[in-house]
Amino acid sequence: MKNLSIRITLLAFCSILLLASCSKEDSPAPEFAETNLAPFSVEFDNIVGDRTLSFNNTTTPYVNAKGESFSISMLQYFISNIKVATADGKEYAVKQDSSYFLIQSSDKSTRFAKVRVPEGDYTRLTFTLGVDSLRSTMGIDKRTGVLDPAANGGHDSGGMYWGWNSGYIFFRFEGNSNVISDDVNGDPTGKKQFKYHIGGFGGYSAPTINNIKTITVDLTKAGIAKVRKDRQSNVHLFMDAMKVFNGTNSFKIAEHPNVMFSDYSVNIAKNLTEMFRHDHTEN
Amino acid sequence: MNKRHWIIILSISIFIFACKKSEIIQEKIETFLGFQKPANFPEPVYNFTANPVTKSVFELGRTLFYEARLSRNNTVSCGSCHIQSSAFTQHGHDVSHGIDDRLGTRNSPPIMNLAWNKAFMWGGGVYDLDLQPIVPITTHEEMDENLDNVLNKLRALPKYTALFKSAFGSEDITTSRFMKALSQFMVMCVSSNSKYDKVMRKEDNASFTQTELDGYNIFKEKCSSCHKEPLFTDGSFRNNGLSLSPVKDQGLYLATLLASDRYKFKVPSLRNLNYTAPFMHDGRFLTIGAVLEHYSGQVQNLENLDPILNQNGKLGINLTETDKTKLLAFLATLNDESFINNRLLAEQ
Repeated sequence: MKNLSIRITLLAFCSILLLASCSKEDSPAPEFAETNLAPFSVEFDNIVGDRTLSFNNTTTPYVNAKGESFSISMLQYFISNIKVATADGKEYAVKQDSSYFLIQSSDKSTRFAKVRVPEGDYTRLTFTLGVDSLRSTMGIDKRTGVLDPAANGGHDSGGMYWGWNSGYIFFRFEGNSNVISDDVNGDPTGKKQFKYHIGGFGGYSAPTINNIKTITVDLTKAGIAKVRKDRQSNVHLFMDAMKVFNGTNSFKIAEHPNVMFSDYSVNIAKNLTEMFRHDHTEN
Repeated sequence: MNKRHWIIILSISIFIFACKKSEIIQEKIETFLGFQKPANFPEPVYNFTANPVTKSVFELGRTLFYEARLSRNNTVSCGSCHIQSSAFTQHGHDVSHGIDDRLGTRNSPPIMNLAWNKAFMWGGGVYDLDLQPIVPITTHEEMDENLDNVLNKLRALPKYTALFKSAFGSEDITTSRFMKALSQFMVMCVSSNSKYDKVMRKEDNASFTQTELDGYNIFKEKCSSCHKEPLFTDGSFRNNGLSLSPVKDQGLYLATLLASDRYKFKVPSLRNLNYTAPFMHDGRFLTIGAVLEHYSGQVQNLENLDPILNQNGKLGINLTETDKTKLLAFLATLNDESFINNRLLAEQ
């Protein structure tokens, strides 16, 4: 008897759950209105190939497609200009002033880009990897929060501002690999460090390298984002750092252990566009 | 009344007169005029609407300019390498001499007429004065500090919280306020009272001597296309035919990665040359004479040599010894003694 009542309760509970979730799934997309804003987030879950990201993991290093073992000590990047679009082509761009995020893998709390977009069902997400050229040339007043040149302290502690060549590092990835030589072509300090500081917004006066990348993610396969006021729709992306080495422009760490503001950075920037993959959406 | 009385009366009146005069001077110093465009200068480039010059912000900027806490170990200030008596350069140093006796690779340029500058640094890369100080503060050979530390050091000092409050209305010390204050000091470093300026503005009955005038004419014919009046620079980047330095500094190329920018450096102003030796981006020439020697006979035909210096198959600028003497006489009229002695710009 007792058993039965438990079963009934359980059944009832399940049906309520089912009903509740059904009603959630079925809630029709509200009328698209630019003022009807609701919370929405994009989560950047940093992974390395088939493994999660861990720092300075020298006992079981990661291995890239060229067979080079490496460990990671720093991974951080700017995400900006988030846009969403519905299946019927309605687009919304998050207000500029609240659309700059620095994802720092050393600080889990920074993995979400939290914004507000109109209630609606979104099938496409677009964002910029980096800082757009307009913001890169704006006055000091507009450089607050993660864009403050003083943010994160100095360069060694993770600063993302390039003083000598006014602009931001869009993507910063550092680590160690034994394949790096101890001479000027590698790391003369003997620490066998690699450093990839990818930036370049296209130049102030004359056109120069532009590594700003726009990433478009189709949400239809792994779950569209149903943005409503009473919940937190979260698009969960995997950001695969292995693609830095294994993307279309695959390269050897030993051959390019340090890439900063240089022509070669353009090749790596191309790989960066391949890092993002939609895993699922929590609605 | 004997002679003695007269002397006493005379002395007293001199004394009174002197008092009066010093009061006038006192007043003059205390009336802060803000940024004033010299009558013979073009409109400035600096965005004054975003940062209008006020007395309190300017004074904060001046204090910061001479503040050694901007460097890692509190030993080097902006004023260490930009010395007013040398027209805000580091006289006698070919390349800048910074923290821990480290040497840079370029000559410390003057803090002068920066409100008219579109690009900063010898090799460009910085296009907004409000962002420029980050470079020397963070450069290993200069101040070797980071901005966050600088702001924290200032926040810990009641002197600065008070100065920021009087300048901006609250004690908050932010990057933006810090930069704007430094910019206000720098844009106020205007040099516009040389003999040349007085002649141009027809002030004090100033006029060129015949030699100076001849020099001016030679200048207009042979130098002014790059060293454009009245700032004596057109603000462009050019390769002026210097032989490669031992460090093979590639100049503007480093900031743009454009092959056509290799070995180009910013055209410096010709004002205040009397105080700013040595010359060129790496301070290789100790005298103006050596600079004229370069242009008249040592120009190298390297990649991107400015076409002006390579005409009709002849490198450099054709200058006779007389031309040089006359040019030197004209260039001397560009020295502005009031600039290097301006109390307003000095460490207080």
